[in-house]
This record gives sequence, structure tokens and C-alpha cells, in this order.
Amino acid sequence: MAVFFAASPIFPSHPVLEHALPQLSEYGFFLEPIKEQIPTGLVLPYAIASPLFSDYAEKLRFIKVPKNETISHDEDLELDYPVGTFLIKTFYYLSDSRDLDSERRLIETRILKKTTSEWIAIPYVWNEDQTDAVLALAGHRTDVSWIHRDGTPINILYSIPNMNQCKSCHVYKNVQQPIGPKVRNLNIEFSYDEGKKNQLEKWISIGILESFNELSSLPRTVDYENPHDGTLDERARAWLDINCAHCHRKGGPAETSGLHLDLEESDPTKLGIFKPPVAAGRGAGDRKYNIVPGKPEESIMEYRITSTDPGVMMPELSRKLVHDEGVKLIQAWIKEMPEGR
Amino acid sequence: MRSILMLCVLSSLVLAEFESDLQLKLILAEPGDTIQLDSGLFPILGTLSMEGKQDIVIKGTGMNGSILDFSTQVEGAQGLSITNCKNITLEDFSVQDAKGDAIKCQYTDGITFRRVKAQWLGGPRSINGAYGLYPVQCENVLVEHCVAIAASDAGIYVGQSKNIIVRFSEAFDNVAGIEIENSTLADVYGNNVHGNTGGILVFDLPDLVVKEGHQVRIFDNIIKDNNLDNFAPEGNIVGKVPSGTGIMIMATEMVEVFENTIIDNKTAGTAIVSYFITEEETKDSQYNPYTSSIYIHDNIYRRNSQIPTLDHDIGLLLFFHFFRDIPDIIYDGMPDPSHISNNGLIPNARRLCIADNVDANYLNLELSKNFNSWYSPFFADFNTDANECNCTLEPLPEVILKIDH
Repeated sequence: MAVFFAASPIFPSHPVLEHALPQLSEYGFFLEPIKEQIPTGLVLPYAIASPLFSDYAEKLRFIKVPKNETISHDEDLELDYPVGTFLIKTFYYLSDSRDLDSERRLIETRILKKTTSEWIAIPYVWNEDQTDAVLALAGHRTDVSWIHRDGTPINILYSIPNMNQCKSCHVYKNVQQPIGPKVRNLNIEFSYDEGKKNQLEKWISIGILESFNELSSLPRTVDYENPHDGTLDERARAWLDINCAHCHRKGGPAETSGLHLDLEESDPTKLGIFKPPVAAGRGAGDRKYNIVPGKPEESIMEYRITSTDPGVMMPELSRKLVHDEGVKLIQAWIKEMPEGR
Repeated sequence: MRSILMLCVLSSLVLAEFESDLQLKLILAEPGDTIQLDSGLFPILGTLSMEGKQDIVIKGTGMNGSILDFSTQVEGAQGLSITNCKNITLEDFSVQDAKGDAIKCQYTDGITFRRVKAQWLGGPRSINGAYGLYPVQCENVLVEHCVAIAASDAGIYVGQSKNIIVRFSEAFDNVAGIEIENSTLADVYGNNVHGNTGGILVFDLPDLVVKEGHQVRIFDNIIKDNNLDNFAPEGNIVGKVPSGTGIMIMATEMVEVFENTIIDNKTAGTAIVSYFITEEETKDSQYNPYTSSIYIHDNIYRRNSQIPTLDHDIGLLLFFHFFRDIPDIIYDGMPDPSHISNNGLIPNARRLCIADNVDANYLNLELSKNFNSWYSPFFADFNTDANECNCTLEPLPEVILKIDH
């Protein structure tokens, strides 16, 4: 299926190529056959509290901290990963998402590597035989089909981002950063081989994370998919935080819009309430404000997360489908806001 | 090094070879490289992007020779996206039918657009992308000999940037031809801006990261027939611009408009207005909604007798009062109260000054006095005596770009 073209000029010394191996198997993160995604030695699986929506793809996450190194943190709970840390994320679909035993197709594996200067993103695309994943700096597109949770068959042209697109989400103050693995997103239980355990506790116990004074008082992002976790406001804000705030925050690439959707934001205008659009163009969908309290159907935010038109939809990348559950959550959240200014 | 590129350059039928080849070049380009675009019409399915590069030229064979066609775009909100770069030159190609903005450039010091065209082929339609050429949060921006056609917001839009020259370019069939927004130190000259809803706009808007712009010079432009119906999607601030606007200066300060030829813009040859004209509220405490230090001089105005737009309240009001002979320079009469001194006067340097224009009639709407009730403007006695703006200001300095060539 893959066509390799030799017409490309050779670029001898791009910094990424000093770090990127041609095939995923060469890193030795996984036991053979690597499609089983069984981690080796220092590679540890993890999860985050509220995941980014990417066309209903399932994800496997792993971290590898170099031997004898520790992730430190500051008073703002910002994690400082040691040089040489890998974050590994594999995207896959079950042929029938209602059946955990149905056939699994791995699509892509994204690697973030902490180098001396910054994090670099390295995208890999799984081959058809599922024997390995191949470096794809320029990204890729592939047809994916599966039976959805409600039984309907879905077919999309799935898009594997190129290196620049990786950065377009992962950039903060012009430096590439991980998005998910923050303290508040990691502060949840995970099922390890030896049983369930809080992830931060586990990381501390195996020596890859500096300990905290008081683990029990650390913040935790609610799971927006769990209607019993937190309030509606907390769940909606968690969804906005992970799906939008990597760009929509101060220092993020969408700061030009003045719409800041990170969990830490408290200014109602910056959150979009009665905020007119700046450069939304037709993305505004003939609606006047980002959020009209009580009226999701008049809110630009609702219009853009409900669209699949590339010139309208938000987020701009990694989505061909509407995240129905997320849209319902945001609709309910806007609906619940008291009307009027 | 292993034969890494043979392995990493993955392509397929859906990621067309031209597109993936060009994207790979954009990813792997090194300082000093020129990325050459051949002649031809190249369909592109996703946003092309360049990130973190320095001293790169992307060069085609001409704005009608090398055409990047996004009419079948399936992903990404821009045609070409350039971020976090330094000293980039785009030359001699065209981007057409992008689903969102045609060329967006952000966080870049030194960006030149030369003989680049951004176009939507179907003409003015609200489904077109917002901006044609769109540098935002950049420094040292040069746009020259470019063409922008049918953007649903602004053809050439410079936002939240500093040190800007837009010259010798043409913009038509856009909602706004050229817009300078929340930007500082801009020279806009020698352009031909015609057939848009509004010709040249200089705006400061609230609730943005880069708060205010100032020091903008608009000179030697031809601003003609900007009478296109406003086709911006509702909700966008540019949707408030009345059809028939030549130049609009809103909520900003230190703007010098001189030696332009401003012809046959049916509603307002030149409008100087506060943010209140939009009837939008803002809670941005750092935002200044007023205009000050505006100098309009030595322009040539000419206007065939014709009715203004009737799709806009101000247009209706003008029609009611003036029928077909609408004044050329329209001021909303909202001076910045913080500049009014104890004697009730505004220091010269902060005033709106109008001098030595050819055939310029003046109108002061005196918003605060005349718009108490919906009907009051229809009975108001508007001031049309330009003597109240009879003053001169110090000329603004020329913009000097710091770009290596």
C-alpha cells in the first residue's frame, strides 16, 4: 500500500532525524510481536483522567523515564521530565467497539521525546500487516471502518498528523510540550498487573517521580465521560480543557482569539460568555457570541464543535466526526447557565 | 545515517505525492533553502504547514503559474500555515479556495508576501474563508504586489502585529480589502482597493492579547467603488461595516490618511468612529474605545450622487438626511473623555484634524448628543462644518522594516 518516492531531495542533518528511528520496533519499547503493545522494562502504561477526543480512536499510553532519573515538580505542580523521557501513545480501533474481543487495528503511534533542548514529536504509521509502524514525518491518511457503540458502521478518512501538526497542538509559548500528563490528569487509579493503584503513587513508588508533601490534597481533573464524577460545570470544563485549551489559553496558538478555555481560566469573557468573535469568519455561523448563556443553539462554541467542515470545526485537527457525548455535555453546560448578562 | 528517508517518506493514493512531497520539504527545510513550486494547478487536501524555520523562501513561477488549490480540502483550517518562524519569503504563487484562511502566518519575525495571490474563485460568498493573507502576532511584515479576492472577512489582514508595510497590492470582492487591526507602525500605500464592502479598515478591538494599535499611515492608495453588499457571516465585527465604506478608522489612535484618491464609495468615503458604533459591549478594562490623533489631509474625494447603503442604520440615517449627496468624511463625534482638559477642549495633538482635502464634505454625527432615542437622530441637526476639525498634526514617521533579503 505504501508508496515510497525517491524523488525527494535528501536532507542530511535535520535535528529530528538525530532522534527519530525509522521504525517503531527499533526503540525496543514493546515485546515482539509489538502489535500486542506489551511494554518492556522501563516502559510503564498510564492513563489520563479526561482524554482528548480523536474520532473515537482508543488509545494506549506509555511513559519511559531513563533509568535512575526522576520527574521533578515545582510549586505550581508543573512536571519537569528528565532528558531522554519518552511518552508513547498508540491509537487503535476495535472492529466492533461494543466487543472488546473484536479485532484490533493499530493505526498510529506518536512519540514525544524530551531532548536537551525541547520535546520533539515523532509520528509513526502502522503497516497493514501490523508488524511494525513506520516513521511518517509528513503525516498520512488512511481509511478506517468500525462498528460504533450504537451499532452503526462508520467509515472515515483518518488523518495521522505530520510533525508540524503535532506541534500545532503541543506548542506552549513556542516550545513543544506534552498536553495530557499533568499532575491533575494523572491523579487517578490505574489497573496494574499487581492491582489497582493511584498512578502518582505508583510512579513515586518505583522512583520515577519526586514525592509530594501531601498526595491526598493534589488536584484531580474529573472524568467528563463519567456523569457521576464532579458537577456538570466541572465535567464541561474538563472537556474544554483537554480538547481546546492546548491552543485556547494564554501562550497557546489560539490566544489571538481572546478565548481561553483552560481549567485555570475564570474570566467569563475569556471563557466566551457574550464574547463576540474576532477572526472566526464563517466559523461564527451567523451567531453573535461564543457563548450565550442558556442558549446553546445561539452559541458559536456549540456551532463549531458540532461542525465537520474544515473551515468551521473546532478543534481544527484530529477530527472527522462529531464527538456527540462532548457536544451534549457542552450543550447542557451552556443551557444550565443563567440567562442574561 | 540509515536510509531513513526511503523509509519515512510514506505516501499513498490519498496523500497525493505533490502534497506529501511539499509538506516534507516544509518540515525538513534548512536555513537558506528555497522551496520551489513548479507551474501547475495542485490540489491539496490538508493544511500545508511550516514551523520553527528560519531564512526560507517558498517560490513559485508566478501568481498565475503555481496554484495551490484547496477546493477539495478535507482537513485543517488554513491553506498554508506558517508559525514560529524567522525571515520567511513567500513569492510568486497563488492559494485558492481554502476552507478557512488562505495563508496564515503567526509568531513570525520577518514575513514577506511578494506577488502572492489569495483567491476564492466563486466570487464574494459567505462560505469563503475569512482571510486571504493573514499575518498575526508577527513583526516586520511586508506585503507587496499581492492580490486578494473574495475573502469573507479581509483580503489582506494584519492583526496584532508590529512594523508593517502593505504596498502596491490589489484587493477586491472582499468584505474588507485591507485591514490593520490591533497593530502598531503600519504603512499602507500604493494599493488599489476597489469593489469591496469596505476598502481599508484600521481597527482596535477589545479582548485581545495584543491590546492596542497605533501609528498607521494610509497614503497614495486608490480606494474606489467599495460598494459591495456586506457578505460577512453574521457575528463578525467586519459584518458591521456599511457597504460603501472607503476608509474606516475605529477605536484607534495616531492614524494619518493622506494623498489618497477616494472615489465613489457610496456611504462613507472616510469614517472615524468609536467602538460604540458597533453597539457591542465590552468588559475589557484596558480597552480604549475612542479615536484620537487622527489626521486626514491632502486626499482627493469624488463621489457620484448616489444613495448610501440601506442595509445599515447609519446608511438609512444618511439617506434620510442627505438623500443622494452623502458627506465624504463622517465622524461619530466621540472624543476620548480622558483627553478633554479642564477648559473643555482637547489638546491639538489628540484631535481629529482635517486639512487640505479636495472636495471633502464633512459630517459630525455627535453620537452622544443625537442618539438618545431611536428616533432622535432623524430630527437632529448635524454639524457639517469642517472648521471644527481645522488643525494639523505632526506627520507620523515612515515605517522601517528590519528584514534581511
